[in-house]
Parts: sequence; structure tokens; C-alpha cells
Amino acid sequence: METLEITKVKQESKKTTTISGSVAVLEAFLAEGVDIVFGYPGGAIMPIYDALYDYKEKLKHILVRHEQGAIHAAQGFARVSGRTGVVFATSGPGATNLVTGLADAMIDSTPVVCITGQVFAHLLGTDAFQETDVINITTPVTKWNYQVTDANEIPHVLAKAFYIAGSGRPGPVLIDITKNAQLQLFNYEGYTKCEHIRSYRPKPIVRKKYIEEAALLINNAERPFVIFGQGVILGKAEKEFKQFIEKAGIPAAWTIMGMSAIPTDHPLGVGMLGMHGNYGPNVLTNECDVLIAVGMRFDDRVTGRLDKYARQAKVIHLDIDPAEIDKNVKADVPVWGDCKETLPLLTKLVVQKVYPQWLQKFKDYQQKEEDKVIHDELNPTSEVLTMGEVIKTLNELTNGNAVIVTDVGQHQMVACRYAKFNQSKSNITSGGLGTMGYALPAAIGAAYGDPSRTTVAIIGDGGFQMTLQELGTIMQFKPKVKIIILNNQFLGMVRQWQQLFHEKRYSFVDITSPDFVQVAKGFGIPGKSISKREFLKSSVEEMLNHDGSYLLEIMVGKENNVFPMVPQGRGVAECVLSKEEI
Amino acid sequence: MYLAKKKYNYTNKTIMNKQEYTITVYTENQVGLLNRIAIIFSRRKINIESLNTSPTEVDSVHRFTIVISEYEDVVRKLCRQIEKQVEVLKAYYNTENEIVWQELALYKVPTDVIATEVKVERLLRENGAHTVVIRKDYTVFAVAGHREETEALIKVLEPYGLIEFVRSARVAIIKGSSGFHERLKDFEQKEPGEEAIENEFLDKNQEVFSM
Repeated sequence: METLEITKVKQESKKTTTISGSVAVLEAFLAEGVDIVFGYPGGAIMPIYDALYDYKEKLKHILVRHEQGAIHAAQGFARVSGRTGVVFATSGPGATNLVTGLADAMIDSTPVVCITGQVFAHLLGTDAFQETDVINITTPVTKWNYQVTDANEIPHVLAKAFYIAGSGRPGPVLIDITKNAQLQLFNYEGYTKCEHIRSYRPKPIVRKKYIEEAALLINNAERPFVIFGQGVILGKAEKEFKQFIEKAGIPAAWTIMGMSAIPTDHPLGVGMLGMHGNYGPNVLTNECDVLIAVGMRFDDRVTGRLDKYARQAKVIHLDIDPAEIDKNVKADVPVWGDCKETLPLLTKLVVQKVYPQWLQKFKDYQQKEEDKVIHDELNPTSEVLTMGEVIKTLNELTNGNAVIVTDVGQHQMVACRYAKFNQSKSNITSGGLGTMGYALPAAIGAAYGDPSRTTVAIIGDGGFQMTLQELGTIMQFKPKVKIIILNNQFLGMVRQWQQLFHEKRYSFVDITSPDFVQVAKGFGIPGKSISKREFLKSSVEEMLNHDGSYLLEIMVGKENNVFPMVPQGRGVAECVLSKEEI
Repeated sequence: MYLAKKKYNYTNKTIMNKQEYTITVYTENQVGLLNRIAIIFSRRKINIESLNTSPTEVDSVHRFTIVISEYEDVVRKLCRQIEKQVEVLKAYYNTENEIVWQELALYKVPTDVIATEVKVERLLRENGAHTVVIRKDYTVFAVAGHREETEALIKVLEPYGLIEFVRSARVAIIKGSSGFHERLKDFEQKEPGEEAIENEFLDKNQEVFSM
């Protein structure tokens, strides 16, 4: 056993107390305003859980069923609340189970602080029981990570962790604390929030020169086009963004992560970008003369083939992360900075304008998409239900006020294409990493992120089976999560690709599911399965009206495809509306 | 992520050939940072040709000198990714003519051969080498200089039974740099001056783009 070093309390004028490293962790949480932790105990984090026993009143702990569930829940919480999500996990397998969520939070810039237990410091490197090299495993998927071996470090390391996770471009931080440091008693001098790290600049300096250059380009533009991402939401700059596009009169399209930053029915909102985004914004990216990118990173799912992307346009790129500028698309004017600061400066300099003809072009394309895709998806004549009509029904019944959490695949694309949103932080999905199994745990976190809102998780039959153990978490802690499973009895998106690009060779996409309603019942969650249109509205209504969690399985067309589509390796202008066009 | 060899959307810049770049990184002295920096290269399948860690003229600041062969565009992006790391203060990249650099090489040769067959004095003089140790059985020479110089001596010594050769990583000083003392003051401040953000070494190669 490790001998505990008890620091003598010095006789100083400064008020100090002797506490354990574990208590210091919890005190740090309270000082940072944390009131909920998602976690799972284990050997190496037991001292922290022991300390948590006395903090039950101040810190709510949600016991998940798998550590991946804990971090996805923390992500969902962070995305809905705009605060940092917090996770506890033990060493070894507990910590490695966090990796998927860390990678997801890294690529989607979600602020999360994970505390992992670690074996005693003197056992490090000895292949001790449940020892893994967590710091090195998680280095590529964390914004910052650090191993604590001495309790004296805990207050300032945690202060740094919260500062780094939440500032600048947010991201996941992992702090690995050895068991001896959790047990160690030390001289606690209180907690001071971190406000500055000399080697870390969360926000680049805003430079007037580039704002002026950007405004000049915008004011002389004939067909300007704004594309925006999650940066607007993370920067809490929804109002500033709206003022900018409204004054400049510029049509604006969102990435999947930027969705809900402006209401989906905003007159200047022209839809979603990307592989399964809307027709107009994709095609017209290659017709605009000035492209203004706000808080987005030109992901390949947005740009399609880069050498066919917006070559004709002058590009203005607003981003808080200097490494994003010029990474994929060269910017003619780079506007470094937090868009909450840069957008108002730009708004001041732009001329009030409207572009009726240019906007009409978007409407023309929208009509084309409506005629060829949307109308049939939302008002099908086929006997089987479509995913689109489910989303349409949901829109009607929630009036666009719900938080919608989606998993990954066809249902995700359909939900993001057709869901209506009135307020920001409403579309929660795994964007960059495309993590199947994300939705159920993220929806649990989302429900805690804002309990006043209705949380609806829309999940495919494949993704649901990846993390359905979290139904146990719902059973025990009773967050109100409405679960819709869109069951097409296939791994639909892969099947769609196999149909379109692999000569319909359906290789291992035929997935069998359990009786989901029975499964839910086993967890004490009421549910229903439907396959007929006549029951759709009443069933969704019943789900929403039920006071508590509810599972609604909806059987949908087996081989329906998501269109429009920008096939991989093609330019955005080569967006197709049906499989015949591929 | 982009791949090093792929050509992407270059609108206002011609692509140059791959060439040798020396990257200088000023950092905090922190366990694990070497890994964090190294994986920025390995993730993109870029080989590090030489890597040196060293203290600097400033007490608490650490310095990495990394040599790679790449396109300038790739090197610029790498530097931005490096600088993005929390514990990195600053990253610069330079071509050979913008730096003063040295590598140190050691050569172990049998003393009897050297004594009987070569004029040691001539060897030392012509190759800028000095003797580190002379023993009955072997002699160790050292040369500090450029790659061509250290490699030239291998050729010379090979016929005389070169037993062992080793070369150090590159150390380099940026000709245009005035050191880190002044710059560090900017970093210490909560609200940095333009200096802390501007990167004159990155700036030099392109007018519009800077970090």
C-alpha cells in the first residue's frame, strides 16, 4: 500500500484546510458550476466515488451502463445546455471505453471534461491490474490531457481543464488521476478559476484590415452566399449572425452542425449543405461570386470534390481556429476570431441590400427538389411509411420546439433535411465522426441539458442496437426521452451505397432486430410498434403526451433512398435528385 | 485530412516542389508534448528526418527542432496544427538558407590503421574534425557541420575500417530571429499584442496569410 503523505498545515495567515485529492476534484466541479456528472465507478476511481457520497445533494450522478454512454450523454448535455459536460470513468477498460466519445467530441468541438482513475503512481508502467496508458491512447482525440500523480496539482489542473475545454474552439479534455493522488491529503488553498495560459490563445486577435476587406468584397458582390456551421452556436452568436445576414440580405445555408442556429423557416435560410443537403445551396455554391463561410470547416461531406468547389468565388472565412483557415479551401480574406466579435464589426460595414433575383434562384432549385424528391417523401402514395413523413408529423406536433437527437445514417439525413427548428441548440447529432450509437445516450444527456424541452431521439434499427443498454439508465433515473426507431430492417445508408455504387451487392447490411417494444418493456419503458400510416399521427401524439420516456418503433420502407445526393468524388454542382441521374 | 501528395484547391498560389524545411517549435516543458507533436506528422504519414529537443535562452521555455521534406503548403498547415496544441507557444518553419544549422557526427576507427596508414593530422585538418578520444584500440573523431560534410568523412574513413558512425539531430538558429525573451512577454500578458499572434516567419512567404 501506498503511504499517505499528510502535509502539515502551515501556520499562515492564508486560510487553508486539509482535504483529499478526491474532495478537491468535487470542489472544483462546484466552483465551475457543475451540477451533473455522467459516470461509472471502478477500482481506480473509488476514492472519488467515496467522496461523491457526501456530495450527493450538490452533484447529481447519473450511473450509465457503459462508459461510452457516459461521454455521449455528457456531449448531449453540453450541446443542449451550452455548458461543459463532465464524466467519471475508472482506469483501463473504463478509460478506453471513452475513446469513441472523445474522438466524437474532438471533431465536433464539444466541451467535455473526463476524469479517469488510474493505478497508484508507483505502479505506473508495471502492467498493473486495469492499467492502460490512457494519456497516450487519448492524445490524438483530446484538446488537452494530463496525468495527475500528486493531489497538490488537482485544483489548478482542473481549473485549466475547464478553461481549455470551454474556451476558444471547445473540445474534450481528459484528466487521469492516480489513486494515490485521489487519497492524498494536502493543503487546500481554495479554487481559482483559470483565465490565462501563456501558451494558449483561445481567440486570435481580430484585425480590422480583414474585416474591411471582407466588407468591401461583400458590398461589391452580386451573388453573395453565406454558409455557416456550429461556430455560430458555440460562439453564442446566433443574434449577431441573424443581424448580419438580414442587413446584408444574403441567402444562408447551414451545415449539419450549424443547423438550428437560425430558425429553419427564416426567409434567408436556404437549407442544408452537404452530401444529402438541399439541391439549391449545393449547386449554387458554384455560382456565387462571394462565399462567406462562418464558423465552419469545409468538411469533405460539405465540399464534395475540392477542385470543383466554388472555384469561381472569392472566399471569406470567419473562424476562431487559425488552423482551419486555408486547410481545405483557400481563403481570399481570412477573418480570424470569435464570430460573436467579428460579425458585428462586419455588420457595421456592410451595406443594407437585397438580392431578389439571386434568392429567386434558390427558390427555383428548391421547387425542383420539392417536385422531384420532397413531395413524394413527405406525402407518399406508397403503402409503406417513409422516414420523411414521420419527421413531418413530428414537426406538426412539436411545432419545431423539440430538441431532436439523431444517430447516424439514413434516418439522420432525413431528420436533418426535414426537421423544423425554432431555436438554437436543438439539432444534436454526431456530425464529424458519424458515431452510430450516439443518439440514445446523447438524448439522455440532452434531456438533462434542458429538462423544460421535449427531447426526441430518432434512431435507426442498427444504431439503436449499439447502445441500447442505456435504456437501463433511463429506467433508473427517468429522464424524459422520446425514442423513435425508424426501422427499415437494413443498415440503410450502407445498403443505399451498395445499391448505387456496388451493383446492389447487399453485403452484410441485412440486420435482424429484437422486438424493440418488448426490450423497452423489460426496462420499464412503454412503447408501441406501428407500420401503418393511419396510426402514425396518433402514435406520435401518444408518445409525446406520455409523461416520461416512450419508445415508438416505426416500420418504414426497406429500400428507400435519401436524395438529393452529391456522390463521393463529385463536385457539389453534380448533386443528383434520383438514382437514375447517377 | 489532406494527404501530403494530393493537390487541392490552390487558387492563388503555385505549388512548389517538396523541399527540406526546418521547423522550430517553442513550447512549455511538459511530459507527453513530444508525443503530441510527433503524432501530427505520423497521422499524415510524414516522416520526421531529424528531431531535437533542447532548452532555450529562456529558462522555462523548451525548443524542438524538426526537419522534414514537404511542400510548403503542407508545412504551413503542419505548423498551424502544432501551434494549436495548448502547450506550444510558437512554431516557425524555414528553408535552409534562412537558418544556421549544424549536426554533430562521431566516428570510431581502429587506432592502429589510422596510425600506420593515414596522416591523422591531414584528416583532422581537411575535414574539420577533432579527436575526442584516443585509445590503444580505437580513436573517436567528431565533426560538426552540414550533412554533406559529415557524410564526406564517412567516405574517407570507410577504407580504414570505420567501426561505428552516429550523427545527431539538427540544431538550427533562425537568422532573422531576435530570440524569445521579448516575444515571451507578449504571451505572458492576458491580452496579447499583435506580436504574439503575427508570425513573421510564416508571413514572409505570403502577404495575406498569417497566423
